[in-house]
Order: sequence, then C-alpha cells, then structure tokens
Amino acid sequence: MLPNQLTPEHFAAYPPEARQLATKQLSLLQRLPLAFLPLLLRELIVYDWKFPAERIDLDRQFTYLAHPQILTTAMAPFAQLRMTRELEQTDWVNSPAVFSEQLSAHLWATHQIDTFRNAAVDYVGKATASAPDPPLPTHRLGIGIIGQGVAKNDYRLFRKLRPQGTYYTQIKHNGGVQTLLAAAAARAKTHPVPYGHWYIDGATSLPVPEGVSRISYSALATPRTALQSRMLKTYEASVFDPEAFRTMLAQMKPEDVGLASGSDGLLNRFQLSLLTEGSGTQVFATTFVQWAARETLRRAQPLTIVARFTPRQRDKQMNELLAESQRKPELDPQGSLVDADMGAYYTWLNQQRLPGEDKSAFLVWFEDHDEALAIAPSLERGKRSDTPTELADLIARLA
Amino acid sequence: MSPLEASRAISRSRRDFLRSTTGAAAAATFFGPASALRGMVVPKNRKAVVVTFGGGARDDETFMPDGQENIPHLLTELLPQATFFTNVVNKGILGHYVATASIVTGVYETFNNFAAVSPNNPTVFEYFRKDLKRPATDAWVVAPSNGFARIGESAHKLYGPGLGAGVILPKRLLSAALSSSSDGARYQHLLRDNYETPLYAPSLTGRQIELSQMADVLKLSVDDFAAHARSLASPDELSVYIARQLMRQLSPSLLWVTLHDIDIAHSGTFSLYIDGIKRCDRLCGELWQAIQKDPEYANRTTMFVLPDFGRDSDIDSGGNGFQHHRTGDPLSRTTWMMVLGPDVKQNAVVDRPIESTDLVPTLGAYFGFDARLSTGKPVAEVS
Repeated sequence: MLPNQLTPEHFAAYPPEARQLATKQLSLLQRLPLAFLPLLLRELIVYDWKFPAERIDLDRQFTYLAHPQILTTAMAPFAQLRMTRELEQTDWVNSPAVFSEQLSAHLWATHQIDTFRNAAVDYVGKATASAPDPPLPTHRLGIGIIGQGVAKNDYRLFRKLRPQGTYYTQIKHNGGVQTLLAAAAARAKTHPVPYGHWYIDGATSLPVPEGVSRISYSALATPRTALQSRMLKTYEASVFDPEAFRTMLAQMKPEDVGLASGSDGLLNRFQLSLLTEGSGTQVFATTFVQWAARETLRRAQPLTIVARFTPRQRDKQMNELLAESQRKPELDPQGSLVDADMGAYYTWLNQQRLPGEDKSAFLVWFEDHDEALAIAPSLERGKRSDTPTELADLIARLA
Repeated sequence: MSPLEASRAISRSRRDFLRSTTGAAAAATFFGPASALRGMVVPKNRKAVVVTFGGGARDDETFMPDGQENIPHLLTELLPQATFFTNVVNKGILGHYVATASIVTGVYETFNNFAAVSPNNPTVFEYFRKDLKRPATDAWVVAPSNGFARIGESAHKLYGPGLGAGVILPKRLLSAALSSSSDGARYQHLLRDNYETPLYAPSLTGRQIELSQMADVLKLSVDDFAAHARSLASPDELSVYIARQLMRQLSPSLLWVTLHDIDIAHSGTFSLYIDGIKRCDRLCGELWQAIQKDPEYANRTTMFVLPDFGRDSDIDSGGNGFQHHRTGDPLSRTTWMMVLGPDVKQNAVVDRPIESTDLVPTLGAYFGFDARLSTGKPVAEVS
C-alpha cells in the first residue's frame, strides 16, 4: 500500500488519541512519501503515551508540513529514495517500527543511508526552527551522582567535562545525596510541570515528593526478570531470528512484564521502552541510568534531572548476566565509576541539546568523596577550585 | 561540515598528533607513484598477517589525547616501525560481519549482517589460492564469533567452495571441548559471542574447523587447548593464541585475525570498552613480536592492522556515543591503518584518503595475484 491509499479505517487499531490525530491529519499523511510517513506514524501511533514535550513537537511537525510549499521541499529528498515492493507491502500503518527496521536495512544495503540521514537531519532542524519553543519556567538543571561504593580512585574523573566548568576538589558533602534530592524536590515544588522533574537511580531510589518522576533499576526488578527470562530462552534456543526478536520486544506491553497497569500508564510505557529499546539496560545498572537519562532528556525534556549511578554487576557470559535474579551478582564498583563518569558526560551533552542550553546548569559529584564539577553560565570554564565548598552551597548556586 | 570535510578533519587530527609525538614523516617523501611499482618481481615466500582491530574503536579512545593511554603498544612499539594511514574510509554497511566481509573481498558487500551467508564476491583467500596455486593450509582466518563462519570463501561461481581459507572459530572450538565436561563455568568469559545483538547466535554453516580436526591441524590436544584457555582473559586472547598456534604448526602465508572484544561497547559499559581496546593493543604488539621471533615469518612478513570501522561520535544526537555504530557519521566511517614489514617505510604517515576496500588489491600487489573483482585500488605506499 502507498500513502495516497490511506483511509480513516486504516487507523482503527490505533489508541484513541492517536486515531483521532491521524484522522484529522489524513489529507496530509496521504501526501507524504513512503520513506518518511511510517517514521512519522511510529511517533503518532504512541501519541497516547507521549510526554507533553513530545506532543508539542509532533504537533509542530504537522503545522510545519501543512504549508504546501514546505511539504514539497522538505519531502523531496525522501521522495527520491528508491524503495522496494516488499517495503510497500509491509503493514507500515500498524507496524511502523517493523517498517523502520526494514527501511534501515534497505537504505544501508542500497547505499542510500547517507542521503536519508542528511535529509532527516535537515528536516528535523527546519521543523524545530519553524516555531519557537515555549519559554521555560526556569533554567534546566542536571545532576549526576557517580561512584557509589568506590573507596579509592586513580581514574582522572570528569575529564570530558572539566573544560566546560569548574572542578572542585574540596567538597564538604555531609548528607550529600539527600541534599541534591532536596534541591530537585524544591525545584519541582516551585515549578510544578508534569514530567518536568526526574530522579533516576541505579539501585533502590530514595523517597522524593510526588512532583518528581522517579524510576530505578531495582524497582524494575520484576519486569527485568520477566524480560530476562524471555531473553534467556531466546538466547539458549537452537535457532534465533534477531529481527523477529526485536519485533517481539517492540510489541511488548507493560502488563506482559508485570508493570502495574493501575499506576501511571505513561511512565510504565516509558520504563518498558528503556528495557526493550535500550542495549545493556536489562543487565547493567550503569547502562540503565545513562540510557534512562538520555531518553528522559530526549523525550520528556525535563527542567530537572538527577541521575544516580550505582555499581553494575561484573561482566559475565550473557546467560549468567540474564540470570541476575537467581543469584546475588558480583559488583564492579571501579569499572562502574568509569562507566558513570562517561554517563555523566553524556547526560550533560543530552541536556545541552535541549532548548535553553545557554542557561542550563549541571553538577556531577563523586558520591561520598570531595570531588565535584559544576557547569553554569556564572561559573568559569576550565577552572579548578581547591577552596573548601559545601555541596549544599554549590547546588544552591546552580538550582 | 560535510562528511568529506569531517573525514579530512579527523585525518588531520590523527596526523598532527602522530607528527607531534613520533616525528613521523609524510610517506609521499619516500615513495614514488604507484606506476613505479608495477612490473616489479614479487619476491617468493612473502607472508602477510592482517589484524582487524575490532570491532569498532573511536579516535577519542585511541589516537586522541585522552585515548593515548589505552594504546601504548601501538604508539610506542609499532608506530615507529610503521607506515600509518590516517584516513581510511569505510563507505559500506557498518555491521561487523558484513564490514569485515567487505574488507576481505574488496567490495562493499550488502548482505544482511546477521545472516549466515558467504560474501557475494571472491575473498582475498580465493584470489590468493587460485591465482598462486596455494594449498588450503596456506590461508587461514581466525574469527571472533559464530557469525563469521562463512568469511573464508565466497558464493561466487568462479571461486567459492574449496578455494577459500580455513576458518577457525576459537570460541566454537572451546565450547565443543567443554561440552562433555562440567567445567564450563571456568571458561564462560571466553565464550561470549556477537555483541552487536547480544542474543545473536546463528546456526553454523561454513568451512570452519571442527574440534575433531584440531589435533591434526593445530597439533593441539583438546585437553591442552582447554587447559591453556583457562589462563586467558578474553575471546580475543583465545583468538591470538590460536593464531600463534597456526603460525607455529602451519606457517600460513596469509593469516587473517579478527579481534572483537572492543564490541562489548554495545552493552553501554565504557570501562569494558576501554578494557577491550587495551587488550587489543597489547595483542597486536604480541602478534608482531611473535612474527619477529618466528623464523618462518621474520623479515618476510607484512602486518596490516586496521579497524573494520569506528563508532558513533558523542556529538551526533542520533546515536549514543561510543555504544553503537548506527548513525553512519564520519567518525564511525573514518579509521586508520598501520602497516609494518621489511618492505614498508618506517615512521611514515600517509594523509591521502584510502578506502577499506583497498586492502585486498594491495595484498594482490604484494603477493602477485589479481583481485580482479575488487572495487578498491592498490595502496602504492605499501604494495
């Protein structure tokens, strides 16, 4: 099927809000090329479980494409891509993620991936620039907490971030984690924005007020165990189709892995996506926190994010990693510190990709140690401070 | 910045670093044009060892300032003896099996990276054996995962079955060696397979050596093999151990070793990725030393070290930095190649862009076979 053959009935299986939006935008959808439309539908089909920032972005794309001249220009590179009969025959309306996988393979195989990539980058940039972002109620603040359980460290921390901010070597940190969480909670209270404030923990999370969305590796133990069990069976099977397995993961629902259906449905969907779309998030706590922070920033575009990295299990054979729930895993605190140091850098990078980056602030602290690094417009770059500094004072300056 | 400009910038930064640390000179100063090499008589008894520095290492963690601590052997032992190519571009599909197959054939292969298929185009091993009438024992591949089982010979009608290289999958051998014992737990760290999708375990179809043949080919008993494996830290160490065993027993003229520990990066663990790079660096040094100490190899062997490709940059928002190689950005496509050997200029740097598909015709010029279906060109500086 081609896009111009679309009718409202094709969206019958979509969730209510997604169906309503698809029907409303049907005439536009019919004019989009096959190399582009399913990618848009991949976002649209989960509209009911989109964060507010994502909905704004999707709505902005529809507004952008509503101009006929813009539509023609923006879609021209996609329309010129060579497609196949097999791709046309894929059920791209109801399984746009499957189509995306197949399209990706096709573009790589036919050496069209660079053309596609350039067209996609150009489209996203222009669509984003087509309408101003709504003003932020306050600047963004990111907090990384790294190195739990490490007594002595020889690794040069914050090596990627030091040029961006001030490196503190004499941090006074009594009650440090609580201090940082309190700062996040205070921001959530002052600026109550739905899904605007987040706390991600690699182990068991500490209590935070309701205004802070909270996810943790430990709290997802049941879904992870259920998912790991499925992965283990697949891993040990004599024949394995990786693409079918990915499709299975993509079609999984929160209730399939025991994520409570009565609570926050959007958050449940998001947490499931971290486990089914992330690589390594199912077995390594450090990877989970880094990926969760990345996805939170990319999708929810929060004002505040606290990412606390904790020790991951030591590297083992995959079937042992997947059997994490059946034994007490051996931890690797030192390796996890190195992972977390890079994870904090990536968290800052992802925060800087969001609107308001020129005013945003970031703090990374080596948990229970004297080292921290802070980035803010008011702080000098590439500077080292050996002055004793209270963590509470530092976060107060940033928050 | 266009991909071409970015590629050049990456190359420039490598070159500048190398010149500042080693004083390496431009190879163009020492080499004439490619035509000057044509017609030369190729010496007999030449050997070549190709090592893919895999799978997928970035400049950030290797040749850039923060990465130099991870590659001391490349920088201090090998580089002063090598001609270094700063700008090797891979324009193909960035999956490890299909990319390695592309390097092996000199053509950008387009098959599904996760399919258990042979390359569509003749491999370097087939050109080598058919043109030079070499026996099967003279060309070997030591490959990292079951997915590489068919890397040794192509599906091409003019070449194909019986003309390729023997393929050894060390993890497959070890797994078989342990199947009858209850001692498997001690070896689990060596048995990890493909990292690109942690659950990928294709059925094996290829001309890979089986356990029962190991004693004959490698002169190595199952018990000795298993006992030695216990002392090794990773799959790549196992691969190099097997490669050295092959060198001792069969002295193949064309040996291809594909290292892969680095690809643990797909798990998102930066420390394990760094560990993989350090190990790969050390193993490259050990292989070169083994070549120098082995009378069958010393002074007649050229070693080529090159990554199959890079990994995504931190800056590209479409990726997740070092973890994957999905964006196709310039950093993931632009790599390097180090060439060492008795006929290779030492401590030299080549800045002009070459492609990873150029390796097979370069080997053709080196050995004296015609890689007639390759789309690459011989690299004059080392042909």
